[in-house]
Amino acid sequence: MPGAVVPTVRIQAEDFDVAAEIAKITQGRADIGAVVTFSGLCRDEAGRLAALELEHYPGMAEAEIGRIAVEAVGRWPLQGLTAIHRHGRIAPGENIVLVVAASTHRQAAFEAANFLMDYLKSRAPFWKKEHLADGSQGSWVDAKEADDEAASRWKQAAPKRN
Amino acid sequence: MSTRLIYFAWVRERIGKPQEDVELPAGIETVADLLRWLKSRGEEYEHALQYPDVIRVAIDQEHVEHREKISGAREIALFPPMTGG
Repeated sequence: MPGAVVPTVRIQAEDFDVAAEIAKITQGRADIGAVVTFSGLCRDEAGRLAALELEHYPGMAEAEIGRIAVEAVGRWPLQGLTAIHRHGRIAPGENIVLVVAASTHRQAAFEAANFLMDYLKSRAPFWKKEHLADGSQGSWVDAKEADDEAASRWKQAAPKRN
Repeated sequence: MSTRLIYFAWVRERIGKPQEDVELPAGIETVADLLRWLKSRGEEYEHALQYPDVIRVAIDQEHVEHREKISGAREIALFPPMTGG
């Protein structure tokens, strides 16, 4: 039932538990056939990075991811959708972002999770600053054109309903 | 009526403050007008807004284009392209 699901969106400094977030969607129901999760982690760039500092726009970060999530719920027949984005200092190996999409069949879940991540990367108000392993402060991470292109491809793609 | 301007990431660092309340002079109608006016307010603004085309703008927490009218805006945020995820 597209549109029936209210997405969960959280912006938080603390880590999240992927299994717990899946369980919140699937617990007590027997109609979900597919759960796709995407976790984005902080890399150390071959030892170069000590951490990433994630700055965000409080209020708008929730609102913008919420708008993207509502669009995903309208485009795919989902039974659950969760997006969590962390802010603050995040060390290599730690989680940054989580998307969980649940549906009757896998295709909708895969596509919705992919769509949410593509839009989140180019529209959610977060900015990464590097902290270098040698103790110095690195620079702000540059936005990638490939991320904008990844988001724009969904404008042509017709929504899949099966 | 004053308007709250909020800055993020390197826009915030270059301007040297996270936010400020400004009285917009007459004739500032669009986001592009605002960027042009801000840029003339001093070296730090000139440095932050040197390439206005790359600056992203949100009015009352929603993305807008530079041609958008700003009348009635309570909060206008200026920031670089986003790099979350």
